[in-house]
Amino acid sequence: MTTDLGKVRGLGSAKSGTEHFWMQRVTAIANLPLVIYLVYFIFAHLGAPRAAIIASIKNPFCAVALSLAMISILWHMRLGLQVVIEDYVHSEGRKLATLLIINFATFFLGAVALYSILKMSFGL
Amino acid sequence: MVEFALPQNSKLTPGKIWPIPMAKNLREFKIYRWNPDDGQNPHVDTYTLDMDTCGPMVLDALVKIKNEQDPTLTFRRSCREGICGSCAMNIDGTNTLACLKSCDDVKGAVKIYPLPHMAVVKDLVPDMTHFYAQHRSIEPWLKTTTPTPQAEWKQSESERALLDGLYECILCACCSTSCPSYWWNGDRYLGPAVLLQAYRWLIDSRDEATGDRLDNLEDPFRLYRCHTIMNCAKACPKGLSPAKAIAEIKKMMVERRV
Repeated sequence: MTTDLGKVRGLGSAKSGTEHFWMQRVTAIANLPLVIYLVYFIFAHLGAPRAAIIASIKNPFCAVALSLAMISILWHMRLGLQVVIEDYVHSEGRKLATLLIINFATFFLGAVALYSILKMSFGL
Repeated sequence: MVEFALPQNSKLTPGKIWPIPMAKNLREFKIYRWNPDDGQNPHVDTYTLDMDTCGPMVLDALVKIKNEQDPTLTFRRSCREGICGSCAMNIDGTNTLACLKSCDDVKGAVKIYPLPHMAVVKDLVPDMTHFYAQHRSIEPWLKTTTPTPQAEWKQSESERALLDGLYECILCACCSTSCPSYWWNGDRYLGPAVLLQAYRWLIDSRDEATGDRLDNLEDPFRLYRCHTIMNCAKACPKGLSPAKAIAEIKKMMVERRV
């Protein structure tokens, strides 16, 4: 028998969300040059042998740019997917599970990407 | 999950076709009907009107149907000039006020439904309880700590001008019920109308509770479900832009932390 106002107030304001909103914009701005560089890098190496690609990634500028691109893109992806899940998945259990999967998957992909870039860059 | 299909008991069925009057200038109106007492699914009734004896607006047609053909047709109306917001409904696929919508602006039969994604009380009457409670939750009144002055709270002309485009809102809910985010998350998302009202108090130069108001709104669901879809600005029968007001609130949120 909760009152209508009680229902609307619910558990109160989370007093957060601005950080999420702001970082989505920041990573979007960062993505602009980084994705352009990533696309340029891919097209510049279409059909190139493995050795040529590794040689390019040994260039510090290239390695740093690709690393930043991976971080920014994956961060942006994580924030964006979280919004989609919050919009459309309403069962609390399923929502929590999906958000966990998204977080784990993002960090896994990021670790693999950065490890690969560093390995090629340092030639270990 | 989001439901893209209507529940079984809300599925539309064909309705009654009412007698066609003997006249030349005829117009068809297809109107959503649902009666909570008869246990039937909602249906769409077809009424035909002689437009030579009917006023120009959709509300005129509804009143004529109720007066002359079917007194059970239920809808809200009051001022018939776009200032009370009672006759908000979905006409020809767009949320608007029946009193401001000309029948001539609609091609073919005039299709009239209640505001989308609201519980229906009867026919074209939606249940506005939750919407009004949301409006109540933003505390839409002047809040001050400074003792009330002997005369009035002073406001410069430019400060007053900031309220233009906001104070005109009549809370008809055309915008909120056109917003997909409000459809999916209306239980927690405040929706464009209430957020526009919230912004109206946020930028009022006389109000001293701006920080508290922002605290109350800063929430992934209350505010940040707005994804700038812009249906609100398109639907508003008063030509306001709730989307812009929400963007201004988000700017204030960033401003106080950056």
